[in-house]
Amino acid sequence: MNGTWRLTPKQIALWLLFGGPVVVFAAWAIPDNAPLFFKTLLNGLTLASLYFLVASGFTLVFGLMRNVNLAHGSLYLFGAYVGWFVGEHTGSWVLAVAAGFLSAAVVGLLMQLLVFRFMEGQDLRQTLVTIGLSIVFADLMLWTFGGEIYTFDPPAWIYGSTSLPVIEKFPTFRLFVLLAAMAIGVALWCFLAKTRVGMMIRAGVDDRGMLSASGVNVQLVFATTFAIGAGLAGLAGVVGGTALSISPGEDTRYLLASLVVVIVGGMGSVVGAAIGALLIGLAEQFGLAYAPTYSVVFTFVIMVVALAFKPRGLMGKAA
Amino acid sequence: MSAARWRRAMSASVGVSMPARSADVPRLVPLPVLATPKTFWFERIGARVKPRHLVVLAAALLYPFVASPFFAYQIGAQALALGLIALSLTFLGGYGGMVSLAQMTIAGFAGYLVAIFGTSSVAGVSLGWPWWLAAAFALLGATVLATAIGWLSVRTEGIYTIMITLAVGVAFFYLAQQNYTVFNGFGGFSKVAAPELFGIDFKQPVPFYFVALTAALAGYFLVKHLVRAPFGIALQGIRDNPRRMASLGYHVTAHRVAAYAVAGFLAAVGGLLMVWYNGRISPGTVNLAQMIAILIIAVLGGMRHPIGAFIGAVVYVLLQNFAIDLFVRERFNLVIGGVFLSIVLFSPDGLLGLWAKLRSSLSQTRISQPKRRRP
Amino acid sequence: MRAMKKKVWVRSIVGMAAATALMGSAWAQEALKIGLLSNLEGPFAVPGQDGYRGAEMALKEKNGVAGGKKIEFIKLSSDATPDKAVAMTRKAVEQDKVQVMIGPLSGDEGIAVKNYAKTQPGITFVNGSSGAQATTLADPATNFYRFNSEGAQWMVGLGEHALSKGYKKMFLISEDYGFPYSQVQGFMASYCAKGGKIVDKAWVPLGTKDYASVIAKIPKDIDALFVVLGGSDAVNFLTQYEQTGGSKPMVGGSITVDQTVLNFKGKRRESLLGTASAGPMADSIDTPEWKKFVADYKAQFKDGFPSPSLFAYLYYINTKATLNALDAVKGDLSNGQKAFRDALQKTDFKGPAGDIRIDANRNGVGTTYITEVTKAADGSFYNKVVKAVPNISQTLGLPEAEFKKMGLGSRDVPDCRK
Repeated sequence: MNGTWRLTPKQIALWLLFGGPVVVFAAWAIPDNAPLFFKTLLNGLTLASLYFLVASGFTLVFGLMRNVNLAHGSLYLFGAYVGWFVGEHTGSWVLAVAAGFLSAAVVGLLMQLLVFRFMEGQDLRQTLVTIGLSIVFADLMLWTFGGEIYTFDPPAWIYGSTSLPVIEKFPTFRLFVLLAAMAIGVALWCFLAKTRVGMMIRAGVDDRGMLSASGVNVQLVFATTFAIGAGLAGLAGVVGGTALSISPGEDTRYLLASLVVVIVGGMGSVVGAAIGALLIGLAEQFGLAYAPTYSVVFTFVIMVVALAFKPRGLMGKAA
Repeated sequence: MSAARWRRAMSASVGVSMPARSADVPRLVPLPVLATPKTFWFERIGARVKPRHLVVLAAALLYPFVASPFFAYQIGAQALALGLIALSLTFLGGYGGMVSLAQMTIAGFAGYLVAIFGTSSVAGVSLGWPWWLAAAFALLGATVLATAIGWLSVRTEGIYTIMITLAVGVAFFYLAQQNYTVFNGFGGFSKVAAPELFGIDFKQPVPFYFVALTAALAGYFLVKHLVRAPFGIALQGIRDNPRRMASLGYHVTAHRVAAYAVAGFLAAVGGLLMVWYNGRISPGTVNLAQMIAILIIAVLGGMRHPIGAFIGAVVYVLLQNFAIDLFVRERFNLVIGGVFLSIVLFSPDGLLGLWAKLRSSLSQTRISQPKRRRP
Repeated sequence: MRAMKKKVWVRSIVGMAAATALMGSAWAQEALKIGLLSNLEGPFAVPGQDGYRGAEMALKEKNGVAGGKKIEFIKLSSDATPDKAVAMTRKAVEQDKVQVMIGPLSGDEGIAVKNYAKTQPGITFVNGSSGAQATTLADPATNFYRFNSEGAQWMVGLGEHALSKGYKKMFLISEDYGFPYSQVQGFMASYCAKGGKIVDKAWVPLGTKDYASVIAKIPKDIDALFVVLGGSDAVNFLTQYEQTGGSKPMVGGSITVDQTVLNFKGKRRESLLGTASAGPMADSIDTPEWKKFVADYKAQFKDGFPSPSLFAYLYYINTKATLNALDAVKGDLSNGQKAFRDALQKTDFKGPAGDIRIDANRNGVGTTYITEVTKAADGSFYNKVVKAVPNISQTLGLPEAEFKKMGLGSRDVPDCRK
């Protein structure tokens, strides 16, 4: 933040325009059915955490390498499957999470080294390649793992429900996801803000040419970023698979969610991913609770409205 | 700057490569500078029409008479309709540099409007207007939607366009699936039939094929004409270097939105053909797989020339219908994905690019051309 | 000049190859061709394979011959969208020249194929597993035959069973499209009539995975939940419901606690035990015919499911009816297949899960099995048959006039809140 923080009249108007209806709605909903409202709020926050986990990797890759990795959903699913098998064989859920992260990171690394490295600067071609890869991966995974549903078996202390004030019982695992996302978000922010590699990544997001001109091994930075981004997807796969389940088709779902989150939040910004995820997660859950028929369309409406006012996303850099 | 001055300025730099933003979009067509005496229009056409054009045209006209009705309808007419939608993407993406995944959405929206305004199986929603009125409003409505999508997407950098149009397309899919009052939800509309005119039933394979062929030819020539007209040249300039174009006084955003509108119109005509071809429209017609399929078709054929869209469509339709007979049935998606991936990796100009390479390697005479390098 | 000639030569070869490919020659006809349409892509990619298996089982019982002719299946695949189903059917009928068509798999595909059937009066279309009410109730085609019962019929009798277990007030959670509408109507037809109340309906858009907010809306004063979700949605819901500490008993739709759901890979949740459901078949029907069917399936298909799924069963009975009719007329498909169709109408044989016959609308009249999820000796879960309700027709046990007044199932039809 630089200098004084004063809201321009336009910003005040926008806050009123969008904040107003939200406040009115809350004022109606809380007296009407307080447990439902707060449950939905918490559900939205926890869903947002899951979306943040998936989208953070996507926005990192997009921000630094201008690579719209539409195979991100496939990495999510792949990490989830591998994590499941590891979890089954070792009986440890923590190992499953680690396996999910590592396997997806390895695949991401391979993708960067074998394919994308040779397509520097050709944004469109890279995107088309990721589309092709996602189609191929999806079918390979269907072939290998079949179409059955896989569910995870987390340790008993994060399964079950906890009692909270106002809301009687809330799934413990969702609270765990919320905490995990916050922890990972902070870790990611520290990584970007405090470490050398993070500094290079941030510099690259701002100006790739300058980064390379200042003598940094850009390819190494790219490979690291892609690996981390992909690894985050895999980790989110295991976590999401535990909260929900995994089956073919999950890859498209989380890819679309990541897309919307990143578009709304802004390219390359982890904070933007968090804000976008919050908006989308809350919108989806509140929509499902209070207006289920069009809940799915709400998220896209938010995206359209955000784009109409801020074409680069809420936290995106100005053109 | 007037169009004529622009053309002269461009032609003065024939032989110099234009800086292109990415390697995979077509190069600007250089216009020859001729001290032309007044030529008659048929002489000008004669100069540009090659034998291969006539052969292809004749083949297309004679096709339904030599092929079986199934091939004329399911392969021929469907390829032409899909090709027209893919043509809109080729125009927008190849010549405009904006790859929009929402072309199928626009086509589907046109199809839905035809069903809603005209007659269909859902009497509660369809308004029952005469077919030509329904079709006209469908084209108008879809073009308006295309303009809106364009306005939403053009204010951002190029690569954002794919993401935004993808999201918009999926949003429309969910809207159509969930809404029963207008879109009739999951079931969609059936019994949306092509009309009967002058005693010809256009639902039959051969008449419908000719309708599709007419529309496809009209679209093809429209695109070919547009890319040489000032509008198209300016669009390609905007694709290559928007900042320069803006400094020259061109309204970059308006040009792009106009391109979206034109592409939307083409896609709407394609959508009209599709809804008459299928006789029905439902959310399944505009789902994610179909949106990606249009991209696959356009890339498969090659985005450097309008004919690529139709070549891609023919290959795609053939694969779709006969892959099950030739390959392992269950892995159809793997085949299509693999073909698409190989094309993008090894021949980004699609089948047209492959053909060009094949041609140049087969021909004995090697014209040494300075290799056009990107700066 | 040589270069020019070579160019022309190469181009004409390529052109001729393309032309021959596109012209579509007619293949030689010896055997009797029957088109077989199921799903190998899309949401039913894996269960769709079972459809082919069911049809192949029926053919194997006849040793590959019916009506004195060798039968050849032309296999086609759709992806659960009506457009593709019609395109593939059209290919089979017009390109591969099949004379009988079996399929498709899903409800909306069935409606689209039925509409196409009307344009091909000379070909007979037999259903695969599609279970939409409208296929035979709204504007039926005279050459479309469905030997299985449809989604609404599959739930008749479950209402009484729920009431007998004391579930007087229930809350509905269901997917928001055609098939669940039929299922809900089938359940509510008798449930409401006998005094049950569905206090509210939560229609969830297709593709929702996160049911947390829906679960939050479940009222406290209900006796049980009526859950009509399928496949992975069902698993997601059950997991999340248990995680929220929910403990109300459940009544499931036909695909909510079927094989695919009970066989999910992961820890079995004890809360599933006792869930009631209903369908045209069950894993554990205690008749010799069913046991033979299961044994044959297991012997023939080592790569199949542990037990034949719904799709295998449905494709099996439809194919068997077709082959039986062919036998009855000794393969005579002349005169617009009239004799064949009369034979189809007169079908009446004992299938693995009850009698197979059709009504005047060419829709199956069949048995519905009420089941409950039970634990087997080896710890796996299966659906145990509690009751078999025979002779359910499309009027769902109601008098025809009353059924017509109700209309087809939709979000608000039928309704019995208070």
